[in-house]
Amino acid sequence: MRIFEELGLKLTELDDWNCCGATLCAGVSKISSFALTARNLALAEKNYAGKDIVAPCSACYLAFIKTKDYMQRYPDVKQKVDTALAAIDLQCQGKARVRHPLEVIVTDVGLEEIEARVKKRLTGFKVAPYYGCQTTRPYAEFDHPFFPDSMDKLLRVLGAEVIDYPLKTKCCGGAITSMVEEVGLRLNYILVHEAHKRGANAISTSCPLCQFNLDVYQKKTIKEYDLDFSIPILYFTQLLGLALGIGAKELGFGRVMVPVKPLLATVE
Amino acid sequence: MVSTAAKKNLSQNEQRAMSDEVRIGVYVCHCGSNIAGTIDVVALTAYAKSLPGVEVAREYKYLCSDVGKELIREDVKSHRLTRVVVASCSPLLHEETFRRVVAEAGLNPFCFQMVNIREHASWVHVHEKDKALAKAKDLVRAAVLRVAAHEPLVKKRIPVNPDVLVVGGGIAGIQAALTLANAGKHVYLVERDPSIGGHMAKFDKTFPTLDCAACILMPKMGAVGAHPNITLWSYSEVAQVDGYVGNYKVTVKRKPRYVIEDLCIGCLQCIDKCIYKDMRFPNEFDLGLGKRKPVYVPFPQAVPMKVVIDPETCIRLKTGKCKETCVEACGPKAIAFDQKEEFKEIEVGTIIIATGFKTFDPTKVAYYGYKRYPNVVTGLEVERLLNAAGPTGGELVLKDGRKPKSVGIIHCVGSRDKRYNAYCSRVCCMYSLKLAHLMKEKVDADVYNFYIDLRAFGKGYEEFYSRVLQEGVHLIRGNVGEVTDVALTPDEEGRLIIRVEDTLVGVVRRIPVDLVILAVGLEAQADAQEVRRMFNITCSQEGFFMERHPKLAPVSTFTDGVFLAGCCQGPKDIPDAVAQAGAAASEALALIDQGEIEVEANFAYVDEDLCSGCKACISLCPYTAITFDEEKKRAVINEVLCKGCGVCVAACPSSAIGQHLFEDAQILGEITGLFTNGAKAEE
Repeated sequence: MRIFEELGLKLTELDDWNCCGATLCAGVSKISSFALTARNLALAEKNYAGKDIVAPCSACYLAFIKTKDYMQRYPDVKQKVDTALAAIDLQCQGKARVRHPLEVIVTDVGLEEIEARVKKRLTGFKVAPYYGCQTTRPYAEFDHPFFPDSMDKLLRVLGAEVIDYPLKTKCCGGAITSMVEEVGLRLNYILVHEAHKRGANAISTSCPLCQFNLDVYQKKTIKEYDLDFSIPILYFTQLLGLALGIGAKELGFGRVMVPVKPLLATVE
Repeated sequence: MVSTAAKKNLSQNEQRAMSDEVRIGVYVCHCGSNIAGTIDVVALTAYAKSLPGVEVAREYKYLCSDVGKELIREDVKSHRLTRVVVASCSPLLHEETFRRVVAEAGLNPFCFQMVNIREHASWVHVHEKDKALAKAKDLVRAAVLRVAAHEPLVKKRIPVNPDVLVVGGGIAGIQAALTLANAGKHVYLVERDPSIGGHMAKFDKTFPTLDCAACILMPKMGAVGAHPNITLWSYSEVAQVDGYVGNYKVTVKRKPRYVIEDLCIGCLQCIDKCIYKDMRFPNEFDLGLGKRKPVYVPFPQAVPMKVVIDPETCIRLKTGKCKETCVEACGPKAIAFDQKEEFKEIEVGTIIIATGFKTFDPTKVAYYGYKRYPNVVTGLEVERLLNAAGPTGGELVLKDGRKPKSVGIIHCVGSRDKRYNAYCSRVCCMYSLKLAHLMKEKVDADVYNFYIDLRAFGKGYEEFYSRVLQEGVHLIRGNVGEVTDVALTPDEEGRLIIRVEDTLVGVVRRIPVDLVILAVGLEAQADAQEVRRMFNITCSQEGFFMERHPKLAPVSTFTDGVFLAGCCQGPKDIPDAVAQAGAAASEALALIDQGEIEVEANFAYVDEDLCSGCKACISLCPYTAITFDEEKKRAVINEVLCKGCGVCVAACPSSAIGQHLFEDAQILGEITGLFTNGAKAEE
């Protein structure tokens, strides 16, 4: 939110928003997932009419888009969700536009404007751009489904070196890591190992769940796979904020698990 | 309104038909039990007898039989009938039959109307016999009232120009041209590239015989180049087509080679002496994998063996300044930098379109890594690498010069996929197996083919498949998910890994290979839409040109006189392309050898006295059959191009256009008959 403020975009938190269930809920009960998401959509339409919804988490972002799509394409889904919402006096018309903050920044502000505002170039950063599997799939709303580059371009404009990272849309495991740990750790290993191999000293994500996975579980991944390195995992707005001159503490750098001091040192 | 020209050709019987005397014969067919089983044919016949103008009404078991036909003929003569109605099956089946019967009896064949009481009444109302009969009565009554207003018509005959235009010089075009030329007809073969040969000239070996493509193609190409009946215009394109079947006027654009074709002897000294010492520009024939100079021949066995100069890369043509060592080296003085494109007007009677295909561009399938990774190539590119006359001299090497130790061949790239082309491209399974065999033979590599289904449908194909299996090629049934360079184990380092679900084993596999070959599918040419509009033919959803009927008329189109051959009509292998080319040539020959063709009689015509010259009809005609006579200021309908669709008839604000066989009186008679139960003709 600090970033959006800095860039002059007005962001209001949706009052009384509920968890959308993300991919977990959709796996258990599709209709529940749609209904939960539709409630957020309905609230937005009712109380913030005409405004775009920005979903910083790719899982939520996908849930929103999918709910809107399914309600429009499948009448029986619409009917069930309408019934559920009617019980709490709400109605989802599917009018609110749903956007990812990465797209909002790149489209509404633009790379040129961002470049002009950069105060501290991230020259020491060699970043692997990691979009996760839900930002551009299955709905490629604003970028290529397998090889997107909007975040790549943004990072370059901030002065960072962006490495060629073919795993940029591969799954990190998401919520599975908390349930079937060895699967999640293996997926994490593949991602961090390849990034490190290609010379990255940081991974930039566009999904907080990916960040959580790769960051919080990295210690376990290192232990399990006997790795001799660690690599900081950051949400892209943290890097953007750094470049705009905002303090690291304010950007939450103190709260990431993987040590970031050496990396931050290169900024000054 | 019958033209005076037509009146003159009428027999006495026919002239009688034009008179007010309307004497109708109605014939109801049982069609075995097809009609009689549902409709009371006796009652129907009795009803028909009661209708105005009906002199005789009969029913018979099979009117299309010899006995049935004789029945009608006899009646026409003995009862002096001037109109005939047959109530039986679909006109698509027997309209011609009965028209001929009527003509044989001396009556004009268009004083005849056929009513379909089988498909329209009996077959669709099998369980409602009373209603079926009532409907049949309505239909017969309508026909009787209509036919009373029919007039004799004469089918015009127009001559057919015996010359043929073949568009496209691939194997299909070559075969069609040779067949026609050998039959003594003069053929213009127009090919866009500097040489004929098409895609087949690019292949190394052909399946299933493993014949060298060039070895079997060159004799045919040579025959085309040498044939006295073939005018070969290479490096040329068709620019405009006017006219109609039997009488096409075609404008061919001959692109400038900057070399006078008649003088060039193909000694290639100009290439040798070009100021560019080395080959440095991408060679189109090698798909950009090989290099050429600005002055070049596309490949060593080109027909015609004439040099071409590329205006984009030749310094003399781009800047005007050059030592012109090529001109110096040319003995016959054939080089002409001031050559311009030339337009040739030709007249032909029939056209065969054999413009071929293009391969699917796999850049769209991002996860297969084409253009991302240097060692991912298409099947066609591999043909050039394997070909001894290709950019690597037939050595199969990776981009860094090493020989591949393992190869992965991915089937169905761009085919059988709703996101790209939903259809199967028919030849890829076979060419993938062929490439697998060649990989084993050339470099003794480990070969993996990844398929969805194996299609080995032709003669010798299944046997070839068995052979390839015996040779130890690994066939894995699975749609490849990804080609990646991310190595997870040491033996994957520096290689391309194919990730696929081996569905027969039920395991997801990672298979590291050195070279990935994408078996790309076949698509319509990029300019297929413009080409089809120029020749006024239709195409299917996928963009291939449309045949008249998928089963029974695979080489003709809905435009008379224009035929199709080869992959422009749909993906096919070489045997089928050659067969289709022969078929197209024979259909063209059928038209030519008749000398004349009959034009359908139901064309529209303009009454000059009523036409106001508003031109509303001209742009409406889907067959571009209407032109404007500037002197008379009247619309003129070309009887041959007109297909009798009726759009202009309906649109004319002055009601100046009529249509034979669909005159107002005839249509109104039919409508009256349908809706007025038992009304007399006069009312």
